[in-house]
Amino acid sequence: MAVKIKIPTPLQRLTKGQEEVTSEPGTLIEIINSLDKQYPGLGERISESGKIRRFVNIYINEEDMRFLSAENTQVKDGDEVSIVPAIAGGF
Amino acid sequence: MDFAEEQLKRYSRHIILPEVGGKGQKKISGAKVFMIGAGGLGCPVGYYLAAAGVGTIAIIDNDTVELSNLQRQIAHSVKTLGVNKADSAKQTFEALNPDVNVIAIKERINSRNILDLIKDYDIVVDGSDNFPTRYLINDACVMLKKPLVSGAILRFEGQVTTIVPGEGPCYRCLFEYPPPPGLVPSCQEAGVLGVLPGVIGALQATEVLKLILGKGAPLKGQLLIYDALGANFRKVKIPKNPACPICGENPTITELTDSEEYCSI
Repeated sequence: MAVKIKIPTPLQRLTKGQEEVTSEPGTLIEIINSLDKQYPGLGERISESGKIRRFVNIYINEEDMRFLSAENTQVKDGDEVSIVPAIAGGF
Repeated sequence: MDFAEEQLKRYSRHIILPEVGGKGQKKISGAKVFMIGAGGLGCPVGYYLAAAGVGTIAIIDNDTVELSNLQRQIAHSVKTLGVNKADSAKQTFEALNPDVNVIAIKERINSRNILDLIKDYDIVVDGSDNFPTRYLINDACVMLKKPLVSGAILRFEGQVTTIVPGEGPCYRCLFEYPPPPGLVPSCQEAGVLGVLPGVIGALQATEVLKLILGKGAPLKGQLLIYDALGANFRKVKIPKNPACPICGENPTITELTDSEEYCSI
């Protein structure tokens, strides 16, 4: 078991097209930092100086991390992290 | 109002549903829906609401139909190339269902006209294509306590939520800040699978009908995310933000403003 991270389509270019990647458990920011080592550029799109960017929403299972312990939220084995950027297209 | 025989026939598949019935169909016929945008999302939303017999549908758009729209904007056609999109959609919706009063508004929505435009409508549908307009629509709906069905699409992904001011979170509770220009794909870079607005628009139309009928559980406090490539639907919770600048305990936004528009989707 590991932590599953759902990557939104706009960021899948950085994960070689993978819509889901995995990581070891840890705090949310540790997970983001470790993902950035595997997929360079990903961390910067999501976070800045150890903080999740204000326009990126991250959910642990179904819960918004802003209302948990934000960057310091402990993510456990089997949890699912969803990165959800705001989109505005009506096309 | 009683239904004529022709209308009983037209809406018979609604009327036989116990959750709708003649009573529900009358609610649909009496409903007034205001739609922002007659593009990818506005076309399917309006098409299905017109088919369902929504009595009054206003649709605002100041763009004209281009050939590159026809890959997904199903209310327009080669016959309406160059025509205003609200007008083109009106022709299509009225051809499908002459019972429906479609009001085409050939303007751009802004902080000065929005409150007046939406004030007499029951439900607002957001099918706009940029962040400043989405925040403006949200703020106006919160101020007037209008339910808002919001949909957004990009590439292969779509998002839907239903905002009921006073009862649940708003768009600013969900997305506190828009992404800065440059960190999201530009309009030229961003594509969209033609059928994607069909999926998301149909979900928005479903939410509108549920609100009109007062049936089922609206997507209140929830964001439904559709990933077309993975064929996945996911829902995440949207907590109401007590510090929300428009619907929180101490709102700091007390009047509408137009923020600079940039092309970021």
